[in-house]
Amino acid sequence: MTRLLDIRDLHVALPAGGQRAHAVKAADLHLEENEILCVVGESGSGKSLTARAVMGLLPKPHVHISQGEVMFQGEDLAKASEARMRQIRGSDISMIFQEPMTALNPVMTIGNQIDEVFRFHENMPGKERRARALKLLEDVQLPDPEQTLDAYPHQLSGGQRQRAMIAMALALDPKILIADEPTTALDVTTQAQVLKLIKEMQAEHGTGVLFITHDFGVVADIADRVAVMQNGLVVETGTTEEVLRNPQHPYTQGLMAAVPSLTPRAARARSDESVLSVNKLVKTYSSGGGLFGGKARVVHAAKEVTFDLARGETLGIVGESGSGKSTVARCIVRLNDAEAGEIMLGDTDLRPLGRSAMRAHRSKIQMVFQDPFASLNPRTKVGKIIAQGPLLYGASPEEARARALELLEIVGLDDRAYDRFPHEFSGGQRQRIGIARALALEPQILVADEPVSALDVSIQAQILELLDSIRDRMNLSMVFITHDLRVAAQVCDRIAVMRRGEVVEIGATEGIFANPQHEYTRDLLSAVPGKGWFASETAAAAG
Amino acid sequence: MSQSSKRIRYVLKRLLQAIPIILAIVVLNFFLLQLAEGDAVDVLAGEAGSATPEYMAELRAKFGLDQPLIVQLGVYLKNVVMLDLGYSFRHEMPVSQLVFDRFIPTLILMSSTIVIAVGFGIILGLIAATGLNTWRDTAISVFALITYATPLFWVGLMLIVVFSLNLGWFPTSGMENFAMFYTGWDRVVDIAHHLVLPTITLSLFYLALYTRLMRASVLEQQGEDYVTTARAKGLTERRIVFVHVLRNALLPVVTMAGVQVGALIGGSVIVESVFAWPGLGMLAFEALFSRDLNLLLGIFLLSASLVVAVNLVVDIIYSLLDPRIEVS
Repeated sequence: MTRLLDIRDLHVALPAGGQRAHAVKAADLHLEENEILCVVGESGSGKSLTARAVMGLLPKPHVHISQGEVMFQGEDLAKASEARMRQIRGSDISMIFQEPMTALNPVMTIGNQIDEVFRFHENMPGKERRARALKLLEDVQLPDPEQTLDAYPHQLSGGQRQRAMIAMALALDPKILIADEPTTALDVTTQAQVLKLIKEMQAEHGTGVLFITHDFGVVADIADRVAVMQNGLVVETGTTEEVLRNPQHPYTQGLMAAVPSLTPRAARARSDESVLSVNKLVKTYSSGGGLFGGKARVVHAAKEVTFDLARGETLGIVGESGSGKSTVARCIVRLNDAEAGEIMLGDTDLRPLGRSAMRAHRSKIQMVFQDPFASLNPRTKVGKIIAQGPLLYGASPEEARARALELLEIVGLDDRAYDRFPHEFSGGQRQRIGIARALALEPQILVADEPVSALDVSIQAQILELLDSIRDRMNLSMVFITHDLRVAAQVCDRIAVMRRGEVVEIGATEGIFANPQHEYTRDLLSAVPGKGWFASETAAAAG
Repeated sequence: MSQSSKRIRYVLKRLLQAIPIILAIVVLNFFLLQLAEGDAVDVLAGEAGSATPEYMAELRAKFGLDQPLIVQLGVYLKNVVMLDLGYSFRHEMPVSQLVFDRFIPTLILMSSTIVIAVGFGIILGLIAATGLNTWRDTAISVFALITYATPLFWVGLMLIVVFSLNLGWFPTSGMENFAMFYTGWDRVVDIAHHLVLPTITLSLFYLALYTRLMRASVLEQQGEDYVTTARAKGLTERRIVFVHVLRNALLPVVTMAGVQVGALIGGSVIVESVFAWPGLGMLAFEALFSRDLNLLLGIFLLSASLVVAVNLVVDIIYSLLDPRIEVS
């Protein structure tokens, strides 16, 4: 084996006056030929900046390499000139990114974007360049490569875009491929396909892959070796087997333990009292058409969705993007108006209620949103965010304040949070604030739309625990929207699987995981990365 | 269906849609102008110095101003549909001929202004953004701020003082030198010579606006992920700026320019007055003060059609620049 990359004592300095002086301090990593090294860590661990330091793509001049060396085939990239780095980038070392939607230029065809790589690194006639690009698109198994060459990024799906990115990165057969969370923005089934593709391409070309991820499931599926980073330090390295089966560092142990198990937890008794029943809910979105005719495109976001929710129960709605799971949630809370069907809350059908009639029922169903950064008003103090609801419903300012302080304590935040602004808190803390806000009106039903998907895995575990304890303490019923089957297994009593607006399967979590009836459910379960690697996972769960 | 035939269908559809819009504008303008005190007869009588009420009533009957409003509107609409914009009593000429004669100078002034303002705005904005926080950026930003804050008429007057009166490089006013009876190429050069100062005056303000917009737009685009991808491919900064960033950054500027064509006609009144440019703006100004409502309505109709047409052109340009926008 040849050593491709040797990162020694790498320090990446952050702008002066920040919270930390270094994003990466004393990182030691190396990458061999024909291996996949996964660098794992939570946000802020410095894993992405390490990758960018190798590429010479740090946001200069504020963030720069202050010490250490990046040896690539006997050359120190940390000291290489910008012109030399341009030669290396795209030909010897190339990179793919997390967001395939934004990582491609929206106004340039895929063909042109691949073509640029050839044009800048090799001297070859246009015909040959086109033929090579075509071959690449075939290699990454894109349907109809001929047409894809002339397509714009928005005409491809997320998975196809990521395939095109991979084609572009592999154009000149690089020695090193750096993949920065390349599957994080993809659906779980697409993720499985893209991971497989990366692995195939890597094996075929003998490429060394530096794979950055936060997801231990992905690590388990793809890595040969693993490096765990925390706060800019590499705390543990070893083969996948060593690190995942027998983690030495307490941080790695903690992370491994925080990965939710795919084995559903023990079933709880289900109450007979139904609090919410949704009956044949229909919601369509249409675009185009208009005043002067023209054909409208119609998307069925919810096709006759039916389920009911018992008191104290958590119902998971699982599905990939575009399955309509969020639409259903928003219809229940009446943020969107469904066209047909019933939303029975007790004896009232909420669906046809007008604004003022709905007001009396609003407090009974509350929502927790996905993005803890965007869902809190940045100009309003935390205390007011929480107290606003009770105030609107006629509580006196003193009562509302007392209620807000009580809720802050329930969600595990300090009293002092009351007079602070949302931006002073971390993601996990903000999600706690969001939960407190939703609880302020003492709802019977909490609708949580992907409440943990924007959070790091250790924080995610804490928030799930919090939601659980609140549900028991307040006897809440919960509708829990998620794309993550691991999370669903740990939180939900029952699960509804949605695809293209339809509920394809609904039942007790244990039953669905042990014996999925619908083909799509089986696909979803088999696509979950890292099966069988984590605590208390049985062969049955791996399915 | 191919992209080009799609586009032709789209243009035809948009033109069809424009008809009710323009008619609605005509009706709205008609009632709006009725709100103003006085009519052409008042002005004529006032200028004559002595007019009996009987004579004024006779004049009103002759112009059809004694009819109920709704009848006047009906007659006007009927005429507009027949492409007859009526008769200007003030200028003693058919409105359509008058308006068309004045439309050409305005069009010349407007197009040169747009080309200069958008063209230089884009270039300056790009230079400022690529040299962020260098002396180039500072110089351009200061220039933009000053021109943005300076009143149009004052710029016009100062340009005349410096370049016409003191240096004698450009003529002070008018569109061409009638006394020379230029024809052919000489006439074009003469008009271009007269055009320089009014164009600079009118475009400075918009130039500042587009420079600032372009600078912000380029800076925003430079932070996008696809720029990082382009760097990761080993492209030069030059290629990244001119091929990747430029086209994306143009989009907001094009939108803004399209919206502002209407405002340009308004802004040209001042410039046309300062430079005695024989355009629509001047004509509208005169028509307003002589209560020549027929003429005003004609000018408004033409401006409305112009704005509708420019918006269509902008939408087409937009769909060419941005493949995500589909014309349908």
